[in-house]
Amino acid sequence: MKTAVIVFPGSNRDRDMFHALELITGTRPASVWHTETSLPDADLVIVPGGFSYGDYLRSGAIAARSPILKELVKKADQGVKVLGVCNGFQILTEAGLLPGALMRNAGLKFVCREIELETVNNATSFSNAYQKGQVWRCPTAHHDGNYFADAETLKSIEDNGQVVFRYANGTNPNGSINNIAGVTNAKGNVLGMMPHPENLIEDLNGGTDGRLLFESLLAQAA
Amino acid sequence: MKARVIVTLKNGVLDPQGKAIEGALGGLGFGDIASVRQGKVFDVELTGSDKEAAKAELAQMCEKLLANTVIENYAIEID
Repeated sequence: MKTAVIVFPGSNRDRDMFHALELITGTRPASVWHTETSLPDADLVIVPGGFSYGDYLRSGAIAARSPILKELVKKADQGVKVLGVCNGFQILTEAGLLPGALMRNAGLKFVCREIELETVNNATSFSNAYQKGQVWRCPTAHHDGNYFADAETLKSIEDNGQVVFRYANGTNPNGSINNIAGVTNAKGNVLGMMPHPENLIEDLNGGTDGRLLFESLLAQAA
Repeated sequence: MKARVIVTLKNGVLDPQGKAIEGALGGLGFGDIASVRQGKVFDVELTGSDKEAAKAELAQMCEKLLANTVIENYAIEID
């Protein structure tokens, strides 16, 4: 599986993502700087976590208007898989690739802790290696992860099965509506999520629960 | 030409920062507050002189960047 990671000024989880992808796919991902105007041929493009542009204006707002994002929107339209984690999720909502918005955490504080996720839809390219209803551990670290969508959007994403992961067992760290932790676009080829599956992929991390997300994608590409 | 763009959260969108400010004002003894909501102000200086054209351009700026219309409304004021 060929992968690429987009890097912005202020990205800080890009190396975690490179490491996870190289370990799991066996191939080194391409690194793409935000000012580039074309993306390499890849099965999966990742927008990693961090604080692109210092979260100026709104988290992800400036990055979503950078040159490479135009190209990413084109690739997503063509069906290329796109994964945004944390700041990447914020960037994808700001770019209009995903529904809803991510607001300041309800508790106003930055949260850095492990939470539990329930895979509520395992029929997506990103979640097929999990069991439906499977609850798994995942690290989180963010200040603006409070997912919001208006009533109409919420109904449509729930009805379409676009909600893939929910915070489970009372571990919602940010006040997200309906405990939503990860959503896809209508077509199902773009996923955004606040927690960091790339940080729980080998025993050194204290667990491998996040690995199944990447293995789901690998199974799709095979 | 000077313009001011005011961006506010839509009704029904929770504003935890506004709530915290509301609580802090209450703590300072301001007892007659019904609610506080936080917004943003952008002062934009434009080089043109056509007010209508400027208004249209500012609306585009809001739609494309200054506001996230999923959660925010905007208002434009021109001197």
